[in-house]
Amino acid sequence: MSTPDTSLLPRDTPVQLIDEHGTATPDPDYALPSAERLQQAYASLVNGRRINDQCNALVRQGRLAVYPSSNGQEACQVAAALALAEGDWLFPTYRDSVSVIARGVAPEDAMVLLRGDWHSGYNPHAFGVAPQSTPLATQLLHAVGFAHAAMLRGEPTVVLAMCGDGATSEGDFHEAMNFAAVFKLPVVFFVQNNEFAISVPLSRQTAAPSLAHKAIGYGMPGRRVDGNDVAALLAVLQEAVDRGRRGDGPTLVEAHTYRMLAHTNADDDTRYRERDEVQAWVARDPLSRVRTYLRAEELLDDAAEAAMTEEAEGIAAELRAAMNADPELDPQELFAHVFAERPASLEAQWELLHDEIERTEAGA
Amino acid sequence: MDRHPRTETRGGDAAAGSGIDAPGTASTAEHVVETMTMAAALNRALADALAEDERVLVFGEDVGALGGVFRITDGLTARFGERRCFDTPLAESGIVGTAVGMAMNGLIPVVEMQFDAFALPAFEQVVSHVAKLGNRTRGDVRMPMVIRIPFGGGIGGVEHHCDSSEAYYAHTPGLTVVSPSNPQDAYSLLRAAIASPDPVIFMEPKKLYWSKGVVDTSITADLRRASVVREGSDVTLISYGPSVAVALEAAEALAAEGRSAQVVDVRTLTPFDDETVSNAVRGTGRAVVIAEAPGFASVASEIQARVFEQCFEVLEAPVRRVTGFDTPFASPKFEHWYLPDVDRVLDAVDSLHWEG
Ligand SMILES: Cc1ncc(C[n+]2csc(CCOP(=O)(O)OP(=O)(O)O)c2C)c(N)n1
Repeated sequence: MSTPDTSLLPRDTPVQLIDEHGTATPDPDYALPSAERLQQAYASLVNGRRINDQCNALVRQGRLAVYPSSNGQEACQVAAALALAEGDWLFPTYRDSVSVIARGVAPEDAMVLLRGDWHSGYNPHAFGVAPQSTPLATQLLHAVGFAHAAMLRGEPTVVLAMCGDGATSEGDFHEAMNFAAVFKLPVVFFVQNNEFAISVPLSRQTAAPSLAHKAIGYGMPGRRVDGNDVAALLAVLQEAVDRGRRGDGPTLVEAHTYRMLAHTNADDDTRYRERDEVQAWVARDPLSRVRTYLRAEELLDDAAEAAMTEEAEGIAAELRAAMNADPELDPQELFAHVFAERPASLEAQWELLHDEIERTEAGA
Repeated sequence: MDRHPRTETRGGDAAAGSGIDAPGTASTAEHVVETMTMAAALNRALADALAEDERVLVFGEDVGALGGVFRITDGLTARFGERRCFDTPLAESGIVGTAVGMAMNGLIPVVEMQFDAFALPAFEQVVSHVAKLGNRTRGDVRMPMVIRIPFGGGIGGVEHHCDSSEAYYAHTPGLTVVSPSNPQDAYSLLRAAIASPDPVIFMEPKKLYWSKGVVDTSITADLRRASVVREGSDVTLISYGPSVAVALEAAEALAAEGRSAQVVDVRTLTPFDDETVSNAVRGTGRAVVIAEAPGFASVASEIQARVFEQCFEVLEAPVRRVTGFDTPFASPKFEHWYLPDVDRVLDAVDSLHWEG
């Protein structure tokens, strides 16, 4: 056994390129992304925040069954999508709707799961986005298998798999990291450490110095990044994606961020965290710092901002309209996709439902 | 293995940059008609599938150099290379979970679980994703994969090596659960399982691995069809996998007693072939279901219930079950007491209201 390569270890402090005050903080290893990329990221952040706010409102109006919001985590959401090229794949969780949308999925299609129409509302192959996964950490293995297949097929696909801090305690997280490292696969494990798994704080998930430290145990680099700094996220994730594309294997990236709202609308976060703590994170908002930076550098003017706001409002209005319309749903779809071809054993149940629907419609 | 023609193994060189091609580029497997063990039949089915379709992959624990603890994958790595048949880290959820991703990305993984009880760490992946992804995505993502699980007793295995876990899988909508009872079906059903667009849990009866029979590799099997393996007119014995041999033996004994027993091999536990099974029972009016697994909430219970519902008007007697006890699987010294045997089947048949 060789001695561990300490270059795999993360830094003591997360990588940061733009600080809380919007000031660029030069880093020896990571260059600030181009002005164009930061403008693009900011526009995407504005959309992401608007989508989160709109979805939270739709839950209150009873139009969505539930919404695990990424308020406060939008920089992670946006950077994950932007770091990937066309042909790459994203494996998101229930909290990553903004990422899914940033990859091109229509907002109303991304909401099919949370509205309760069906379990997923988009064709994964059309966007390079797996269905949002609810069972924690399970999707990380799918990402690894997908990357393995890509390698065997000789395709340059890079796969970025997302999970939360709580999910890093699951067995599948560790199996996925190990498989990816053993087979040297092009996978970026992207952990959004938002400090909580529902009510349970990070200190109850791990005794490690950081989640990124876990990487060295599997023989891959671990990186820590300020999860509210979209510039740093873009730089660190891009490095990890490039590494995978070169054939150098997987990377674990831990983003330090914070879940500004309760776990979902069904959760009461006053039971497990102080308001002061939440308030302290307002100052680290992922939108305001990059905006301050862009304004100070004269990379963002009133006209550009107005255009961004207009686009975000347009997205929100479209989403509202789509969610306020009741979709035509066919209950018989229950039987349509269980197998590629419906078996005889489901025929009778299909007919039973068919009759019930006809009787209901006749009675209505 | 050496009777196979050498195929060009594109995936053979782990360092080679060439990708796995679409189907149709590989060779056709050689047609053989031969007496072989079930283990050899399964091995041949894997080899033929690997040869015929570049998308097929075999992986799991010890399936490479060792050829699997039951030697079902013997010689596959040597013949097809590390890229097509390989050992993974020791992690069952990892094996099945990565197979899900591979299936999403156009490959057909055929994975081996070392023993039935050791498939349990993968249960979450099987139930939450393997079984549901096709449905979740409205058919946009299908899960063509096979999970091979050696199961059942009769080999004197110590604890955790003889369980019958089929009911857990059969209870899960979206899975096709198959168990062969003879070498021919082992070959044909495994080929059909690999060709299926749906995920298949392939339960291999350990105690039959070394049983022999003629295999004709040109015979295909319909994954949704049970088979009547012995004709008879007085009673229908319904079973699958390891218990078919018990049913056939019981049918012989019944013939000596002057009773004509029909034997149905269910083969695919789910989706269930009601038509074949019900037609069989309608021809005899009596039925006994035989399976090794504990009887409570079992596949045998399901078969019994379906036969009652569908054949009630022709039944001369209640449908009986002969199953394993509702205890953890017995230790090797008690195994022969635990497993359903011919005597228990004969007793069950005797109880089927024959008066008059
Ligand atoms: C295997 C599994 N166990 C439990 C749950 C219930 N659950 C849903 S989200 C959650 C917390 C997850 O926390 P974390 O991974 O930190 O992600 P976050 O929700 O903070 O984004 C739990 C316990 C689940 N979805 N899957």
